[in-house]
Amino acid sequence: MNRLLTKKQIIYTKELIYKYILAILSLTSFICLIGIIVILFKNGIPTFKFIGFFDLFLGKFWYPTYNPPDFGILPLILGSIWVTFGALLVCIPLGVGGAIYIYEIAPIWQKKILKPTIELLGSIPSVVYGLFGMIIIAPLLQNIFKNIPTGLCALSASLILGIMAIPTVCSISEDAFSSVPKNMIEASFALGANRWQTLIKIILPAAGSGISTAIILGINRAIGETMTVLMVAGGATIIPTSFLQPVRTMTATIAAEMGEAVYGSEHYHVLFTIGLVLFAFTFIFNIIAEIITKKYKIKLGQGI
Amino acid sequence: MKRFILSILVGLLSINFIFAFEEITVSGSTTVLPIAQAASEDYMNTKKDISISVRGGGSGVGITSLIDGRCDIANSSRKIKDKEILQANQNGIKPKEYIIAMDGIAVIVNQTNPIKNLTKEQLKSIFTGKTSNWAEVGGKNQKIVVVSRDSASGTFEAFNTLVLDEEKVREDALLDASNKGVATIIEKTPSAIGYIGIAYLSKNTKAVDIDSITCSKQNVLNNSYPLSRNLYMYTIENPKTSVKDFINFILSQKGQKIVTETGYIAIK
Repeated sequence: MNRLLTKKQIIYTKELIYKYILAILSLTSFICLIGIIVILFKNGIPTFKFIGFFDLFLGKFWYPTYNPPDFGILPLILGSIWVTFGALLVCIPLGVGGAIYIYEIAPIWQKKILKPTIELLGSIPSVVYGLFGMIIIAPLLQNIFKNIPTGLCALSASLILGIMAIPTVCSISEDAFSSVPKNMIEASFALGANRWQTLIKIILPAAGSGISTAIILGINRAIGETMTVLMVAGGATIIPTSFLQPVRTMTATIAAEMGEAVYGSEHYHVLFTIGLVLFAFTFIFNIIAEIITKKYKIKLGQGI
Repeated sequence: MKRFILSILVGLLSINFIFAFEEITVSGSTTVLPIAQAASEDYMNTKKDISISVRGGGSGVGITSLIDGRCDIANSSRKIKDKEILQANQNGIKPKEYIIAMDGIAVIVNQTNPIKNLTKEQLKSIFTGKTSNWAEVGGKNQKIVVVSRDSASGTFEAFNTLVLDEEKVREDALLDASNKGVATIIEKTPSAIGYIGIAYLSKNTKAVDIDSITCSKQNVLNNSYPLSRNLYMYTIENPKTSVKDFINFILSQKGQKIVTETGYIAIK
């Protein structure tokens, strides 16, 4: 009897140890996030000691290493927004359209080929996309629009980023379609609606918030991408007025300049502030996505 | 069991003694990187007990890590800044400078561009945006596409002091973060102009003469080519003997041969 108890105790202690090990593992990522946020704020906030809020965010010139330096990040923020907006125009029709086809129309053998292929698109390293854009897309654009001086512009970056965001948008939209309750679809058919009517009137509205989540995560993918835009977008720090102009994004600026910025200098701190702005962008988008997902679950009767 | 673990431990320790490496860490400018890399490989072949790890990161990173004591040798394609010397002094370090090689900056244009020569003034006015058409400097009637390096890189800094006299590059200049990247853009863009280190010249890029002086190694060495600069290595004032020895190796005849082989210009 006594021995049985000790065995039970051993099992209990073992479970306790496993529990704590797993807790530490999951806490690690939390601690990493907190660490990153603290470092971002610690290095990004000192910027405002030497430059005013509006001079920074509304300044039109970015000459960080000149004397006196110009730290206007408006061209960089607008560059990121333009390129991301362009990428959305590419990845929404292709991603959501692709998801509709895979979910509703494609026969099973096509589904089996299409799904993994689209997911494979997401596993290609971004440098490879960058090279592709630099060597194929940019010269191609230059041949199409004869009067532009260079093919390295917002349009080529948008095209590539749009393609890169397709896997995210497509697979999350497809999940959204799949989680539309079967009984709703069957009810629609029972009422005499055909496949097209069911798709437009039932499935799309029911999966609407899931698709919005997919698009928002696509935005995050595009706005955070660094290597590709550094190689393809051209990198001119001007306020963009056309998609055929070279632009520079926030990510590309950090990547290109952080390595050479003097540690602790004003330039160094401003680069961290740009990181902070980027973080704010993705953080807000993530929260919006989270809220939409919750609402959508409740709407379909799956939530609390 | 205990004996087994013990014997493994003893084994590991003795391995450690056999390969008692002395470590030298080199970090900094990507321009100097090929020299440091080739030299360290050669050096380690002759001295088995020394291990040299060479990292890039850029001139600023190299000097910062020297100041923080994270590396023994800092590579730099620019002279150390007063600000950085001040920071080093605060950490109780006096950086010591060695000129290990020279580098020429080549101004390159697309193969199809008929331009052969530019004056330093023309170059400056192109890069600052006062000249924006190739016809103004004797070329085709074509808009000039200016390609520059990221304004924090050592190559840009050299170009900035040698050509621009600290004037601002036109704001719509394209940017690339590497010599290879600039060369690729120039190759693909008919009306573009850019600048790269001489080592990165290939048969696909066309270098123009500056003030009628050809961009060649001899002209850099005899100081006639206007766009040339020194390449540096920095150490602390009294580094360990292995570090001193490695620097002496680079400055020796054999080391300078490596400098030539990597595409830069030997100083001796």
